[in-house]
Amino acid sequence: MGLVARALEAAGFPTLCLTAAHSITAAVNPPRAAFVDLPLGYTAGRPHEPEFQREVLRRALAAAETIESPGTIVDTGVAWSDDDSWKDEATSGLNNGVNSAEGDSRRDRVAEPQYQFEEDRVAADAG
Amino acid sequence: MGERPPVDYIARTREQYARLGYDDYRWAERPDTPPWTPLAKPVAEANLALVASGGAYLRGQVAFHWQDDTGIRLVPSDEPASDVRVTHFAYDLVPAREDPNIVFPVDRLRELVDDGTLGSLAPQAVACMGGIYSVRRAEQELAPAVVEAVSGMDGPSVDLVLLVPV
Repeated sequence: MGLVARALEAAGFPTLCLTAAHSITAAVNPPRAAFVDLPLGYTAGRPHEPEFQREVLRRALAAAETIESPGTIVDTGVAWSDDDSWKDEATSGLNNGVNSAEGDSRRDRVAEPQYQFEEDRVAADAG
Repeated sequence: MGERPPVDYIARTREQYARLGYDDYRWAERPDTPPWTPLAKPVAEANLALVASGGAYLRGQVAFHWQDDTGIRLVPSDEPASDVRVTHFAYDLVPAREDPNIVFPVDRLRELVDDGTLGSLAPQAVACMGGIYSVRRAEQELAPAVVEAVSGMDGPSVDLVLLVPV
């Protein structure tokens, strides 16, 4: 997403990247980023916690206003909980530290559309 | 930040790949000064476009596939998140399917417009698929498609783009 942010910014659109992966974002170096210390797959908060989710976005949007130097990553102070143990083994794939899986837990990278529901496939095929 | 430093996914992936006998994964590195467009308006007056790479789509749209899908899907910003589906090969979909706002926060952004934190939302959000393993394709296919979508939004021009990866 950092590459997309850089392209948008070059085209004249200010951007703000929310990120839970500090090292990956630092490497691709987008114009503005706001770091949240959350597991992968929860970049905008925990499910069904609307106030927590709004707070993530409020802090990210505040960072968009305060960052003045290209390539800045602001720490929003948002954390998963007081307990950091989810970080022990967290990787990309299905093992985000909240749920665990071993080895390479990514799904096969198949080249066919992957629908959440079979009825989605039927609806798309009908369209 | 928590008590401990952020997880270093680059180092961890390198170790994991070595353990599994894979070639090194090559992360995109851009050490040069990034391009820069100043904000023309405070956030409270800004028209914001959401770009999210969690693989969101709507019923009726063709879902993303999982092998370097560089396409985009446009999702109306007034669509409740409960109607949004998500598909992706590289993160745990269970919580995001329970509440798509955690990767595609459209309900929350509408609420921030209502409470005055944010000026307005562009009429459509741009959904895409993360985990494009080809940097070249991400830059030459995905990025231009997103720029074109954001440039071509109906209504007032976009003042700020919020990018939400997974």
